Amino acid sequence: MIDNTLNPSIFDKDVEQVPIRKGYGEGLLVAGEADVNVVALCADLTESTQTHLFAKKFPERFIQMGVAEQNLASVASGMAAMGKIPFITSYAMFSPGRNWEQIRTTICYNNRPVKIAGSHAGISVGPDGGTHQAIEDLAITRVIPNMVVLSPCDHIEAKKATIAAAQTKTPVYIRLARDKTPAITTKKTPFEIGKAQIFFSPEKGIAQIGIIATGALVHKALVVARDFSEKGIAVKVLNLSTIKPLDEEAIIALAKETGALVTVEEHQIRGGMGSAVAECITKHHPVPIEFVGVDDVFGQSGTPAELIEHYGMGEKSIASAVKKAIERKK
Amino acid sequence: MTELTDEKIKELQLQANKIRQSIITMLLEAGSGHTAGPLGMADIFTALYFHILHHDPKNPKMEDRDRLVLSNGHICPVMYATMAHAGYFPVDELMTLRKFGSRLQGHPHREYLPMLETSSGPLGSGLSQAVGMALAERIDRGLSTNRYTYCLLSDGELNEGQIWEAAMFAGKNKLRNLIAFIDRNNIQIDGFTEDIMPLEPLADKWRAFNWHVIEIDGHNFEEIVDAVNKAKAIFEKPIIIIAHTIPGKDVPVFERKYEWHGKPPNKEEAAMALSKLRTLEGRIQSEHE
Repeated sequence: MIDNTLNPSIFDKDVEQVPIRKGYGEGLLVAGEADVNVVALCADLTESTQTHLFAKKFPERFIQMGVAEQNLASVASGMAAMGKIPFITSYAMFSPGRNWEQIRTTICYNNRPVKIAGSHAGISVGPDGGTHQAIEDLAITRVIPNMVVLSPCDHIEAKKATIAAAQTKTPVYIRLARDKTPAITTKKTPFEIGKAQIFFSPEKGIAQIGIIATGALVHKALVVARDFSEKGIAVKVLNLSTIKPLDEEAIIALAKETGALVTVEEHQIRGGMGSAVAECITKHHPVPIEFVGVDDVFGQSGTPAELIEHYGMGEKSIASAVKKAIERKK
Repeated sequence: MTELTDEKIKELQLQANKIRQSIITMLLEAGSGHTAGPLGMADIFTALYFHILHHDPKNPKMEDRDRLVLSNGHICPVMYATMAHAGYFPVDELMTLRKFGSRLQGHPHREYLPMLETSSGPLGSGLSQAVGMALAERIDRGLSTNRYTYCLLSDGELNEGQIWEAAMFAGKNKLRNLIAFIDRNNIQIDGFTEDIMPLEPLADKWRAFNWHVIEIDGHNFEEIVDAVNKAKAIFEKPIIIIAHTIPGKDVPVFERKYEWHGKPPNKEEAAMALSKLRTLEGRIQSEHE
């Protein structure tokens, strides 16, 4: 059964669908209203990153950077040195992709509270093709000291994550997706940086398998969990929206209860959220883990649904990973 | 800024000479590091910290201070030495350069040495940070602010694309409170800049990006101070001061040799350099008497 703070129509065919990036735009506006030091810098992608909401309300605090992501990151670092809380937005491929070293040195090494919003992350960018599909961004951000890495599962959680990011004193990366995806959470669903939350659990008793999912694929993980529970297989789903700092307590507890895990992310398997889970689990409570994600290849053009299926992140792939993980317990 | 009297110029020349002696001593002790750039920039650093900057070594976080961003972090021995002589930290601490646990990291790290405005080393990102500081300052205190952000760049560093992203952006935003210096010493690691990646016509490039350009002899205190005074009178543009300098300045065997970009002197070379610098120190003292 789903957590009682979630959207009750989560499994309906006509469940509300909103892009995750929209929540970022709304959250940025709230953060800007709450604190005059919040500034937004954008690299010529104001509307598609939803920064236009902020730009319209606070033109004097919006900075158009042009197509120059390296400058974007370092100007933000300089502004943060003067007490500003800069949010920098572009597509994830270019920020933190192209400007990784600027983020590492001028933002994280300096420990400046710059918030990096990477929109159009994941393979579901779709028709733009492999050049624009950032499926390495979690790996390259979570490896940097001082960085907090957030990967919200829907637009409502993205809004909360953005507001929370503005209040932290550290650099934060917020991963956002382009495509419309189901509304999973509600205003009531708690959000705290560093806290994972069980979104689906058995009616009674302990779960046989734990699915740890992040981003828009959390919805597919929930669908798979419901299908299995209807067949009498008890599943728990953990929404891991903070990739760093990792909620080790929640992950270890899930591993102890279920004895096997499946990780689900729209990202390269190598270095991503699943790797973070594996680093934790191998150290504290080793159990079999199956990894759902992109398996060391680049993407291509297609619809988001086609690509998610083709690259092995659809409901069937998640279900088969669940079966394999249960099999490996024996 | 106070008036630049003959007495003050002599004081600055002697200060720069002391800083050069410290640079040689600390590089010898460290056993690695850069020699040519720090010696070449000693006069500009001296002019900034002992005459131009609005700052307080005893209160490094003073709210209305000018900001100084060293973009080419590898010349940090000159910044450390100047800051120590200016009173930010004990001169003895210079001997810890590049050693384990030292606040004086091989390239500057502001979390180790909190009185720094930023960390640097990877080339090309300092100008962007200075731009961000100048822009934030203008958002808070408007066009008429009298707080300045200074940025120090190397010429080899101008190979980096990010410099020109920052240049375009600063020109667009008419950041009159941003004053950048280029250490035009004509050398980089692999050779002379015009052989590795030609920069000329350098002044025209900056003019084309809507900057106000001033060219000076980077070893002449009157010209350095005069350039900053002129820069402050410009209202519509960011200012770039192309400072022509001699790498390795005041140690003749190091001068203009790109081989001295990235290595420290050995014991004999350091003794020779210090003897040259002390002779010069005596000459400065007697010339003005």
